[in-house]
Amino acid sequence: MNCIIIDDEEMARTIIEGMISNTPQVMLVGCFSNAIEAIKFLNQNAVDLIFLDIHMPGFTGFDFIQTIKNPPKIVLTTSDKDFAITAFEYDCIVDYLVKPLSIDRFNKSVQKAFSSNNTVIPSEAESLDEETHKILYVNIDRRLIKIDLPSINIIEAKGDYILIKTEKKNYTVHSTLKKIEDKLPGNMFLKVHRSYVINFQKIIDIEDNSVLIEKDVIPISRSNRGELMKKLNLL
Amino acid sequence: MIEEHPNLIQVNEICGSNIDFKTKLIYILKSELISEIDTYQKNLSLNNYIECAENVHKLKHKISILGLEKSYEIAVFFEEDLRKSNLKRKVEFDEILNSMLAFTADL
Repeated sequence: MNCIIIDDEEMARTIIEGMISNTPQVMLVGCFSNAIEAIKFLNQNAVDLIFLDIHMPGFTGFDFIQTIKNPPKIVLTTSDKDFAITAFEYDCIVDYLVKPLSIDRFNKSVQKAFSSNNTVIPSEAESLDEETHKILYVNIDRRLIKIDLPSINIIEAKGDYILIKTEKKNYTVHSTLKKIEDKLPGNMFLKVHRSYVINFQKIIDIEDNSVLIEKDVIPISRSNRGELMKKLNLL
Repeated sequence: MIEEHPNLIQVNEICGSNIDFKTKLIYILKSELISEIDTYQKNLSLNNYIECAENVHKLKHKISILGLEKSYEIAVFFEEDLRKSNLKRKVEFDEILNSMLAFTADL
């Protein structure tokens, strides 16, 4: 996720810059002392996140938001607590940080920006290719194994582990169904039972309470059946 | 008279063990503080109270970063007062600025 800072105060920019440098998931691509310079930059470059001061001479943070088309995610940074209600009238504003910023609060803001963007922060154990959303890395015996998401047929819960069945190979990974489910694209995967997530593009046939994927018959719980039907291209 | 003194607790928390970053931050804090106070005084001398309120607003961040909680509250009120051309808190606010200048001069 790349970001810029807009703040007329050099000390504020420096502090945020320092915090960003300790946050590997975020890359600083520009630092501006006024909104006009930032707008020029944004006309040429796309960014995912802006740390924006509200109170700037001549052109406030809110003026800035109203000026740019399709604003990215914005975290407001300000000494004023009074603008919080106004701030959340804007869909693009994901958080509101009151100066002086603390590291913990800053980190929470970044997390909010990620979650509001439906972007998964890559962890040491597993990471999702942000551009294609088609790759998953899983930690098996201290090795990170790359799995192409379209090759996955079924993921089955097995106590503290999950069994990932792909077209060629099966992988047993120490994780939960919920955790992996959160990292899978919804246009390919669906939880159909408390113990199963399936790649619904691999379904061969469906009976009342089960689906066939390759040679595996997977049960469908009554509560998940409707959601599955919505995902399928039914005639 | 405010019974509190500037400190580097916040600065240390932000910088952690990164000495180079702390040196850079303190340098910027000192130089920008001098410049902001200078602008504030010029606007005050010209009776530009709205601009002066903007200067006080900007100074609030430095007041808070130096751990001056009560002083910060005074600055909030002084900023509001200035927007109404009211200078009743000027002496008190100037004392805050002087204590910050004295503290940062020794850094």
